Order: sequence, then C-alpha cells, then structure tokens
Amino acid sequence: MPDTKYAATGAPDNAISQKVATLPPSGIRKFFDLLSSIEDVISLGIGEPDFVTPWHIREAGIYSLEKGYTMYTSNAGMPELRQELANYLELHYGVSYHPEHEILITAGSSEGLDLVLRAIINPRDEIIIPDPCYVAYPADIILAGGVPITVPTNEENNFVIRATDIEAGITKRTKGILIGYPANPTGAVMPRKEAHAIAELARKHDLFVISDEIYARLIYGVEHVCFPSLPSMKKRTILISGFSKSHAMTGWRIGYVAADRRFIQALTKIHQYTMLCAPIMTQMATIEALRNGESDVEKMVQEYNTRRRFMVKRLNEIGLSCFEPRGAFFAFPSIRATGMNSEEFAEKLLLEEKVAVVPGVAFGSCGEGFVRCCYATSLPDIEEALKRMDRFVRKTRRAHGRQRH
Amino acid sequence: MKEIFEILEQNARATPAQIATMVDKPVKEVQRVIKQAEKEGIILRYKAIINWPKLGREDIWALIEVRVTPQRGVGYDAIAERIYQFPEVYSAYLVSGTYDLAILVRGKNMQEISSFVAEKLAPLERVQSAVTHFLLKRYKENGETFHLPKETNRRLPITP
Repeated sequence: MPDTKYAATGAPDNAISQKVATLPPSGIRKFFDLLSSIEDVISLGIGEPDFVTPWHIREAGIYSLEKGYTMYTSNAGMPELRQELANYLELHYGVSYHPEHEILITAGSSEGLDLVLRAIINPRDEIIIPDPCYVAYPADIILAGGVPITVPTNEENNFVIRATDIEAGITKRTKGILIGYPANPTGAVMPRKEAHAIAELARKHDLFVISDEIYARLIYGVEHVCFPSLPSMKKRTILISGFSKSHAMTGWRIGYVAADRRFIQALTKIHQYTMLCAPIMTQMATIEALRNGESDVEKMVQEYNTRRRFMVKRLNEIGLSCFEPRGAFFAFPSIRATGMNSEEFAEKLLLEEKVAVVPGVAFGSCGEGFVRCCYATSLPDIEEALKRMDRFVRKTRRAHGRQRH
Repeated sequence: MKEIFEILEQNARATPAQIATMVDKPVKEVQRVIKQAEKEGIILRYKAIINWPKLGREDIWALIEVRVTPQRGVGYDAIAERIYQFPEVYSAYLVSGTYDLAILVRGKNMQEISSFVAEKLAPLERVQSAVTHFLLKRYKENGETFHLPKETNRRLPITP
C-alpha cells in the first residue's frame, strides 16, 4: 500500500530544517527572475569579471585533462600549488605561511568561508559583520549555528567598518569579526589606520578576524592592507581568498584559506568529509596562473580602473552621488535624490530603461538608499547604461519634484 | 601617458573628455599629449578596421617569401624600399631564417598578384627568389579575431 503520509503537500511540514526554512532567500534572486523575462538588458548587476580566464591558464587546464589528470588530490590541495601560493602571499603581502600546515586549497573562497564559520562557531556564538556586506556572510553564519551581529557603516566613513562601532557590538558571546575589504557591494577599501584599530580591538577582546580578501588585487591607487600582515595578527587572522576576481576564474571554483595550523587542521577535517578536494584541473590551471599570470592581473586592473573613473564621474554628473570606490569593481551610488527606495529604483530602472542594478538593501538595511553598479562590463555598455540612467533620473526627479509641491 | 594611447588604440574615436575621465587627468592635458603625439609621429593615423568580405569585397592576399642579395653600404634597406613602394605591398618585414623579406600583398584577384610577382617583383635585379603563399583564411589580424560569432554575454545577468 502506498504511503499516504506525504500525499497532501508532497512533504511533511518538518521536511526542511527550521534553520534553512527560515533563512531568507537572497534579495538578488528575486530580481534575477524578473530580469530573465526582459530582453536586451544592459546589466550592471553582475558580480564577476567580464574577462575570460587568460588563455595560458585555460590552456594549462586543457593540458591537465589531456594528460589524464582526473583524480583526487590530497585534501589540502596539490603541494606545488600550496608552495606557489605561499610564495605569492610572501611576495605581495609579506606574510609567510607554511605551505604544508597553514594553507588549505578550497573549491572557491565561498567554500573557505563556510568551512571557517563551521569550524569556529559554537551554537549562538556571535560574529560581527559590517552592514551592508556580501550576501553570504549573515546566511553562512546562521547556517553554522551562529548569530550575525551587524555593525552599520555609512557614506560618511566611506562604508569602512570602524573599530569604535565594532566595540559597541561586542558581547561575551562574540567570537570574531568577519570583514571583507575591498568590499562587495561598496568598493570600499580599509585604510591602514582603521585596520590597526580593529587589530588592536581583536587583541584586547581576544577575538578572531576572518578576513575575506577576494578583491585584494583589484585596488586603484591605494594600498591593500592584508590583515594577517599587521603586527601579531597572523595567529588571530583567518585569511580567505581566491582567484575568481584577480585572474577572472569564477567558474573554476578555486580559493584558499591561510591561517594558523590549528585552524587549518580543523577546516581540513570538514573539507575532507564534504568537498574532499578542489578539482584537479582547476588546481593545475591555478599553478599556471600563479607562475605566469601577473601581467594579466595588471592589465585587467588597469582596464577596470579606466572604467571605474568613467562610471563614478558619470554617476555624480547625473545626480546619483557616489563616493570614490577604491577597490573591487563596484560603485555604490546614493539614489536618495530620486525619492525612491532601492528596490523600487532598481525595478523601475529595469522596466523603463532596461538597465539592471542591484538594490543596496539586498546587502543589508544600511544599503538602503543605494544601488550596486558593477563596472566589470565593456565601456560602450557602461556608457549606454549611464545614458539611460541619466534619462531615468531626470524623469523621476521631475515626478518627485511635482509630488512635493 | 601610456594609458591615453592604449585607450586610443582600442577606440580611436574616444574623445579627449572621455579619455580625461578615464585616466584622471585634465582635458587640456590630454589634448596636448595627443596633439604632440600626432606631431611626433607617435600616433601615425586614425583608421577603421573594415570587415570587407561583409561588403562583398573579397580581396586576394598572398604572403611572399623573398630572398635577395644585400647591397654594400645599405644592406637590405635599399632593395626593401624598392619592393615596399609598390602599392600592392601591404606589409613588409626583414626576417631571420631561410629567406630575407616577408611581404604581404593584396590584390583584387589571383591574376593581379601573379602579375605583380612575375612582372614587378621577380625581375628586380637583387631578387633571387620569391615563394608565393596565397592566404586561404584569415583568423586573426592586428589583434582582431575574424570568423567568430558575435561575442554573446555568457555571464548570468545578476550575480552576488
């Protein structure tokens, strides 16, 4: 006799864990569905490079397949890759990690973040994050059983989280601080002075700093402060990064965590039971990227920079005031002058002018009043998108003005 | 400075105002640099890259390997000049290896190229031999790729 228990709804009410059932879906998702129904959209809503992975790196991936490298690697990742990575971190940031004990290769930095949170969080431990921030931060903390504590950031301090604000959020349950600079969605870069203050705070309250530095290479005319390079912060910092943004390798899924060996051991435990290892062809391509990819990074950064200046200037000209983002590939203009909230703005802009931007509120309540515009798209597209946005803003301002009088 | 030329190389129609924004320099300075570069022969010319076959014009191209006898005092330059002055010659290079000059020749049809080789190039006193290779297909030229489908955006329109 068939089991009729699930007949009514297809699943019992408790089919999905409460944690997952109550997790809000990404604010980006909703928008994506609307967007898919419209043609000829210029999208400034993308969070990945418009460059294809440089040919020599792709070629190394092809070579690995040709030679039949289709097996597992060691859990931690290929020794050659970890060695190259250790050299790379030393060269660029002056931090030295032991390739055998202090580096773990992951399937994208997203896996790294998940591992770190699962490895350090006890139920109800609190992790401090900036608001707005990358959409995965609060979600991953909740999934790991922790509680995200958001600390507001704003335009006045260029969306950089301040030590004094962090301190106000510290309780006896606080386990660590999760930051990501250069930042998605704001393009903010953390100045050295502020990084020192946060390091000081971490030492004072015995906290860990989880530093997501995926955009570290995409900076424009300022320095990137690598958190573990700060005095006595290496043992307190868990560095998460990867090659998706710097080497245009998003689809390869390759990242890493570098930290004190007790962390790496714990992370490896989870990694070996869940992911096992990052794909071998990806690892082999990444070795090539590290050995010979520096000029590609420089070329892409230079290209992003010219687009960045163009976009920021135009945004300010059309009345969407925008602080100067010094990192990543996002501008985060204020849309308050239009009198709309960010979701309304993004939806109307999409429907009326076929330009996609991401509402700032998708990244936290402090993102309300802003939209994220990505300049990792061709210059002609950026020009056209801004032309349309200009038209849109003028139209809505007139309407807004009439309403008020 | 270098950035200005890189932008122009990509898009010769970029205006000084646009370039100024992109390189974060005053418009006046960008204008001055460009003018100067035009004067000094750093910028040689502004031109469009035309996909002629689309307009139905199917030129015939040939790569010709030429062996020549160098001349006392001027080496290869004098004979090279004799050759590259012909309007049929599109590009000309002195190369190392088994031959001396590599020249790229354009003609309206096969006849035009063969008469160039037979009547103009080969009879030159210092030309020892000329091996003609007709081009069958162009894949990439001056950094531009041909025959590719128009680049479609393969990225998802919204990603986190």
